[in-house]
Amino acid sequence: MSASNGSVASATWQQVELARHPDRPYALDYIHAIFPNFFELHGDRVFGDDHAIIGGPAAFDQRTVMVIAQQKGRTTAERAMRNFGMANPEGYRKALRLIRQAERFGFPILAFVDTSGAFPGAGAEERGIAWAIAENLVALAQARVPIVTLVIGEGGSGGALGIGVGDRLLMMEHSIYSVAMPEACASILWRDIAKKVEAAEALKLTAADLKRLGLADEIVPEPPGGAQTDYGLAADAAAAALRRQLDQLDEIETDRLVDERYARYRKIGV
Amino acid sequence: MLLEPGSFNEHDRAITAHDVLGFKDSQPYSKRIEQSRTNTGVEEAVTWGEGALAGHELVIVCFDFAFMGGSMGAATGEKITNGIEHALHSRLPLLIVCASGGARMQEGMLSLMQMAKTSAAIGRLGAAGLPYISLLTDPTMGGVTASFATLADVILAEPGAMIGFAGARVIQQATYETLPEGFQTAEFLWQHGMIDLVVPRPELPAVLRQLLDLYVRNGVGDLQLEAPAAAARPARVQPVP
Repeated sequence: MSASNGSVASATWQQVELARHPDRPYALDYIHAIFPNFFELHGDRVFGDDHAIIGGPAAFDQRTVMVIAQQKGRTTAERAMRNFGMANPEGYRKALRLIRQAERFGFPILAFVDTSGAFPGAGAEERGIAWAIAENLVALAQARVPIVTLVIGEGGSGGALGIGVGDRLLMMEHSIYSVAMPEACASILWRDIAKKVEAAEALKLTAADLKRLGLADEIVPEPPGGAQTDYGLAADAAAAALRRQLDQLDEIETDRLVDERYARYRKIGV
Repeated sequence: MLLEPGSFNEHDRAITAHDVLGFKDSQPYSKRIEQSRTNTGVEEAVTWGEGALAGHELVIVCFDFAFMGGSMGAATGEKITNGIEHALHSRLPLLIVCASGGARMQEGMLSLMQMAKTSAAIGRLGAAGLPYISLLTDPTMGGVTASFATLADVILAEPGAMIGFAGARVIQQATYETLPEGFQTAEFLWQHGMIDLVVPRPELPAVLRQLLDLYVRNGVGDLQLEAPAAAARPARVQPVP
């Protein structure tokens, strides 16, 4: 843990650092551990292939599921290739293609969220990053298949929500999910990025905070010290939680499933 | 301003922001809400109701940028969603006039989730075949752009309005890119195919009239027009014995 800004004293900031730990399992680590048969699909069929969002069909027990995930890079070259997990519009449009395909084949959708946010770049704006995210919010709200979202590291803002709307929200024990990353919030509200620790605390962004706020359904336990200490244990716990939630959702008739998903968001903040 | 005089019937005037998280930056959020109320005379960053425009009844949702930068918190999202659902249930067209800095950070994740809530409601409106026009004014940014504001059937924007997801300063800090001339202006977005029309304010009534005439001509909200057509349909497809 870094000792700057008195951050050691902040339990919340320790959670932020764990969620961003460079050795933390990323989406493909979970995917390869949980699904024996993942087949990655590429491209948005409009402009390009964004390696910050990946996805495709995968075998999960007796069913086929559609996996959609945000992927950070481990090495310098991979980090550049994955754009540090910050997707461009193409990533969200590839996700949209997979959402539609999942609906067509009746595959439940499993989304793995891990991004500090959508990519803030000129090209992303020119190609309508906001439009792409908004379209996914509607597609996910209306998709006639069960959807389980699991935040594995950082859930950052609209960029996370762009693949994050669903029937259940699960969070790994040391993951975070926030309307804005603490640095961005500090820079906007305090006009001082050094206030990131205060911002992190004020934002209520830990898994426990989201559970308390009624936004997260379940916290998935991590091995002692965090998921980076034992990928196998972390993936087993994630798989068990995803299986349990999917089994519950399978019992719900489709019209009711979609109505309950609408009601889930409809009641937030009243 | 756009509506026929005396036609506006406001709803949900009393719905107002609450400091659920106990958020404090240089000032407590509760104090910022109070200041915004005093300065604007309204209880939230949006106002909505029914009104008449060019002979069409419609639901209008209008942002007030002076109230916390038009940011979307839980109460804001609630009013917007109530407006959308009212249009859905009354079978009326919807007009949203946007001016917003994005999600209201002081409400944390409760604010972010308003993007999902409002967008889901727009999805239902679209599925019901009801037209939705959005007018993006200066500025429309962040979580508002990335939700209901850009989900309209027709997107209009005011000349020179700044419209986007990430702010120019954030982009420059993240990428060191030199941003093109007119970046994120309404005109720039029109050139990139993101909006349908840039409309100077004096021309707005005529444009809205034309759109409402076109999209509502088959009697949105007029169930009497729909009923006979629906009843006639089975007779046509049944084979003659």
